[in-house]
This record gives sequence, structure tokens and C-alpha cells, in this order.
Amino acid sequence: MSPADLLGLHGLGWADLVQLWLHFSLLSLLAVGGAITTAPDMQRWLVGQQGWMTDAQFTTGVAIAQAAPGPNILFVAVMGWHVAGVAGVLAALVGIMGPSSLLAGAVGRYGRRNADALWLRAFTAGLTPLTLGLLLSTGWVLTAPTRHRWEALALVAATVVVSARSKLSPMWQIAAGAVVGALALA
Amino acid sequence: MSEPRSPSDTPAPGPGPAAPDGPPPADSAALRQPASCTELFRVFNRLAMQGFGGVLPIAHRELVERERWLSPAQFVELLTVGQVLPGPNIINLSVIFGDRCFGWRGALAASAGLLALPMLIVLLLTSAYQQFADHPMVAGALRGMGAVAAGLVIATAVKLARTLKGNPLGLRWSALLVAATVLMVGGLRWPMVWVVLGLGAVGMAVAWRRLRGGQA
Repeated sequence: MSPADLLGLHGLGWADLVQLWLHFSLLSLLAVGGAITTAPDMQRWLVGQQGWMTDAQFTTGVAIAQAAPGPNILFVAVMGWHVAGVAGVLAALVGIMGPSSLLAGAVGRYGRRNADALWLRAFTAGLTPLTLGLLLSTGWVLTAPTRHRWEALALVAATVVVSARSKLSPMWQIAAGAVVGALALA
Repeated sequence: MSEPRSPSDTPAPGPGPAAPDGPPPADSAALRQPASCTELFRVFNRLAMQGFGGVLPIAHRELVERERWLSPAQFVELLTVGQVLPGPNIINLSVIFGDRCFGWRGALAASAGLLALPMLIVLLLTSAYQQFADHPMVAGALRGMGAVAAGLVIATAVKLARTLKGNPLGLRWSALLVAATVLMVGGLRWPMVWVVLGLGAVGMAVAWRRLRGGQA
């Protein structure tokens, strides 16, 4: 068995793998506002241009990564898996997280050395309300598939109240949501 | 590479608060430190494994409420930086926090904790999903989980809204900027880059003016 077989390249060559890594590295630095914002471009490139996966595979990948535990960025692992198995997962993940992580580490160190700089304090203070606004927007966008059903909106509202009032682990709230959804939203 | 973290290297066993070395900063009374890269990996893995539909609400619960590694204000600051920079917010947050504790090894430990096990699960689920995708109860369960995920994110924002009280912007400017962001990004679906650049510039200018005024 060649190394390519072990990595499960699905007939792709090393050049394709490097291309995948490079494209995702570029997206990494463009992903302002979280990795999900790059999904439209990934879909355009992987499905449309390269023909490496189908639309259905792409959409399912995003849905599963949302439903499974862990950061939503793992939808990128599913993309890599469909394209080139284990090697594809590595190329895609290292690509999408490498450049942005290096930048984050560097900025973090700079911020700690200059924590008292006036402009840095103005920067974080001025942007904090935007962070909260973006969180609320994310919550709103996530309700998009079910917003037209009152059962779903009630579930959203109940979750907000329970989270604010109790220390119940979100894991159990999600589990309860799955049960309610299976019964009321099927 | 690694930076000094605390005056003392005493590990803090168990969930109890570590003995403070010297007077703690006003904002962070009784904050703890992770004892090792292993503990970083374990806690980030634990929070990732609970993070259905996004890790952020759990990150707040685990890092701020349970482990007390960060004060609410520090958490929202880290999150702001992680959000403004490109890349996945939660990965950026783990890289910066891990690097602050144990240098690049800490950054690797925290982000690996976040990703390793969930990645295996996602790939296993991908293989299994096709067989059950058409079942209406499975689809309904996924919808219910999505609705709860939305509620969890909103609840996190509500909890973090308290940190706005200490913000030099003042409550009125803060509320205005929150509302404008929700309207433009969530409501009108404008491209986030322009909203963040535009409203961010306003927020930073106001904060700059007030901070300088306070110093003079």
C-alpha cells in the first residue's frame, strides 16, 4: 500500500491536496465573523468549480456539524473527508485554522504587552457592543429554518429563560430540544 | 517562547479556588489558573463535548462560571478580539487563552482539546446520517436542537450584557450599537465586514474620546 492509499486520497493527487490546503488557507484570513461566513465560497469552489463533492453532501455536512458536539468549524472536516479522506480532513482543517490561529496568537501577545495602551482599550470597549449584537444576530439567524412554527419559537424562548434562571447544562437543554422536536416539529 | 503565567507554579487541585498570590485585580476576585496543558486540554475537550449547535454558550459557562479562569469582562474582551480577527471565534479564543497560560503549547493543547474528539464524532455521524436522514422524527429532533441552540446563543448575549455597565461607552451608546448591529446583520443581512468597520469605527471613536477625557 502506498502512503496515498493509507491517507485515503480517493484518487486525488498530492497537487490537489496542496490546492485544497491553499484555498482554505486563503479563506481562513477572509473568515471575518466566523468560519461559517466562508461556507458560500467553499460551496462555490468545492461543488461548482472542482466538482469534488455534491450539493447534498455539502449541506448535510454543515447540518451534522451543527448538530454534533464541538465547534461548528468541524463542517470543514466533513468537506475534507468527502474530498480526500483523512488526508483531506488534515489539509482542510490545517488550512482553515492555520493562518487565522497564527494571527490570533500574535495579536493576543501584542495585546498583553500593551494592555494599557489607550487605543487598545478604546478598541475593545468600542467593539464589545458589536460582539453582543452579533451574538443576538446569530441566535436570530439560527432560528431561520423553524421561525414560522410557534412551537419552535416557544422552544427558543424557553431556552433563554432556563439558561438565564438556572445552571442546567446546555447539553440537557439540547437533549430536551431533540425530544420536543421529534414529537412536535416532525 | 512560553511566557510566565503566575508568580507561583503550585497546581490548583480540585474545583476549589486557588490560593491567591498577592492581591487579585479588582475585576477578577478569586480567579483561578489552569494548572497544566493537560488540564487545558481536558477542560476545552469537556466544553467542546457539550457544545451542540455551537460551543460559545458552553465556553462562557465552563470558563467563567465553573472554572473561573476568566471574569465575564475578560471573556467578552477575548471574544471580541476572537470575533474581529478572521477565523473561527472559539478557536481564536482558545489559541489566545492557551498561549497566555502556557505559550504555544497551551495554544495547541486548548485548540486540540476543542477539536480532536468532536472531529471523530462528526465524521462517524456523517457516515451514519444518510441511513436515517429521511425519518421525520430525526428531522424533527434536529429542528428542535437547532431551536435550542439559537436560544442558548441569545441567552449568552443576555448574560454578557451585564458587562456593558463597566464599559466606558456608557449604557446609552452601548445599547444603540447593540441594536444597530442586530438590525444591520441579523435583520437586513448586510455583509458583516462593512457593518463591523462602520459601527466599530463609531464605537471606537466614542470610547477613545471618553477614555481620554477620563484621563485628562
